[in-house]
Amino acid sequence: MRKRYVVLTVYIVFLMLPIYWLLNMSFKTTNEILGGFSAFPRDFTLDSYRTIFTDPSWYNAYINSITYVVINTVISVTLALPAAYAFSRYRFLGDKHLFFWLLSNRMAPAAVFVLPFVNLYSAVGLFDTPWAVALAHTLFNIPLAVWILEGFMSGVPKELDETAYVDGYSFPSFFIRIFLPTISAGIGVAAFFCFMFSWVEMLLAKNLTSVAAKPIVAAMTKTASTSGYELGLLAAAGVLTLIPGAIVIYFVRNYIAKGFALGRV
Amino acid sequence: MALELIDITKRSGADIHIHPTSLVLPEGSFNVLLGTTLSGKTTLMQIMAGIQQPTSGIIRFRGKDVTGVAVQQRNVSMVYQQFINYPNFSVYDNIASPLKVAGMSRAEIDRRVMAAADLLRLKPMLKRRPSELSGGQQQRTAIARAIVKDSDLILLDEPLANLDYKLREELRDELPKLFAGRNAIVVYATTEPSEALLFGGNTATLHEGRVTQFGPTASTYRTPKDLQTAQVFSDPPINTAPVEKRGDRLLLFGGKSWPAGAAASRLADGRYTLGLRPHHVSPLPVSGVSGEVEGRVLVTELSGSESVIHLDVAGSTWVSLSHGIHPLEVGAQARLHADVDRALFFAPSGERVS
Repeated sequence: MRKRYVVLTVYIVFLMLPIYWLLNMSFKTTNEILGGFSAFPRDFTLDSYRTIFTDPSWYNAYINSITYVVINTVISVTLALPAAYAFSRYRFLGDKHLFFWLLSNRMAPAAVFVLPFVNLYSAVGLFDTPWAVALAHTLFNIPLAVWILEGFMSGVPKELDETAYVDGYSFPSFFIRIFLPTISAGIGVAAFFCFMFSWVEMLLAKNLTSVAAKPIVAAMTKTASTSGYELGLLAAAGVLTLIPGAIVIYFVRNYIAKGFALGRV
Repeated sequence: MALELIDITKRSGADIHIHPTSLVLPEGSFNVLLGTTLSGKTTLMQIMAGIQQPTSGIIRFRGKDVTGVAVQQRNVSMVYQQFINYPNFSVYDNIASPLKVAGMSRAEIDRRVMAAADLLRLKPMLKRRPSELSGGQQQRTAIARAIVKDSDLILLDEPLANLDYKLREELRDELPKLFAGRNAIVVYATTEPSEALLFGGNTATLHEGRVTQFGPTASTYRTPKDLQTAQVFSDPPINTAPVEKRGDRLLLFGGKSWPAGAAASRLADGRYTLGLRPHHVSPLPVSGVSGEVEGRVLVTELSGSESVIHLDVAGSTWVSLSHGIHPLEVGAQARLHADVDRALFFAPSGERVS
């Protein structure tokens, strides 16, 4: 009986070790981190967290990140809903090719788009705003959301649509009052993945902003400051960056399995 | 005062789903659409409802042209084979939804929903979600939603096909009672000839997108216009064989011959297709003019009180359905008796001639 858990335990320890180490470092002073190996913080300190929550250049970076991630998630899911509905319900010329082409957008490295985006957003005055990053991220989040939502929508029989029309619902009222609640699990999963991809994406977020809209992933790359290396601070920033993902995944944990079952996640 | 389909066709690209079809369904009538899967039953119902528009032709309701009128503007309801309910609504809200959309007062909605729930024995489940109900209860909910709003046209697309045996029988007995006394035109699609016979009313037989015959169920069954109607409206399938009538004999099965019997005596000499329903072929001697069917037993299906015997007769399969248990051994030679007086005869064009 016990043997069964050995591999699992080892695996989980292996997974959790870097996270524990990050947490461990975030409560140490930089001197202690550089001073030697210690499994527990000897001088336990919350200074790093205090700095992040009081220094505007730190907490604004979080606000910036959350702003563009939320904007992006809302835009991506809102635009993907009608697109996914069309793909799941209608047959039109080239529908399958178009659907695949959408996915292929995810195959291009983000670096390819950095130069045109920077140039374009500068020209229209969006550079260094959360909107620039939010719009840039829709490039890979809309196809992803369409792909996920199409799977969930195709799981709903089209007879449900017809029944609603027969009952007298107009299309918009059917879509909002009946269809959306029916696929709420899919919307949750799509929103989660949009949130996650936008939250961790760094290249576009970093290059499309400079000062005003600097995201947390960019702020975290400034390893050195006037007072030398601030590793404790950096570790604390890392811990705080993990939290939104953890919160979001808590809410959609039951739906993700459903998404996997549909083969769309 | 009826629903009239006038020369309705439906095609998508090069595929023809519905060949020119004209039907008149009188008000308060019960109509069965009988046909195999993909024969066009669902398409025809969707055209009647207005969910799909016909490629050509006119639909009239109570004398008014309703072709192209959206389904929302028509007073119809529909029940599907799959149990279709709104999963995020309670049973009560499911039944109430067409009334709510119509903007009915709350008291009136409540009165009607309660009446429908009472009729379909759903009262204890009104607060539950459809996913918490059994298949039979889910379908009852769908039926309750279909009858709650006093539709002019109620379409039932194989509503019992996904239910298990017991529930199917139960609901099949209840259905006609639910529609009795309503002015609605009921259209019921099914693949099972026995269901059509049980419900009575009118039956339209469909074959590959063509209505082969439409009329009172019993007469469609007894006097099919053509071979296709007879084939659609027979379960187990009707036995057919090419025959040649010569004088008072019927030549068939490479050399065998039968006495012509009452049905064939009216025919001129020549070649025909003979059709004989399975229950007119029996292991026991028949009372009237009898023909011999000899062949190798392929399968014997014995139910409690009936035997279905499949026979290989000179290369084609014949089926016999008879009362009593007749355990014939598979592979053995058997001799069955055909009730030649009851045989149907079809001209080479398919049209029934006797």
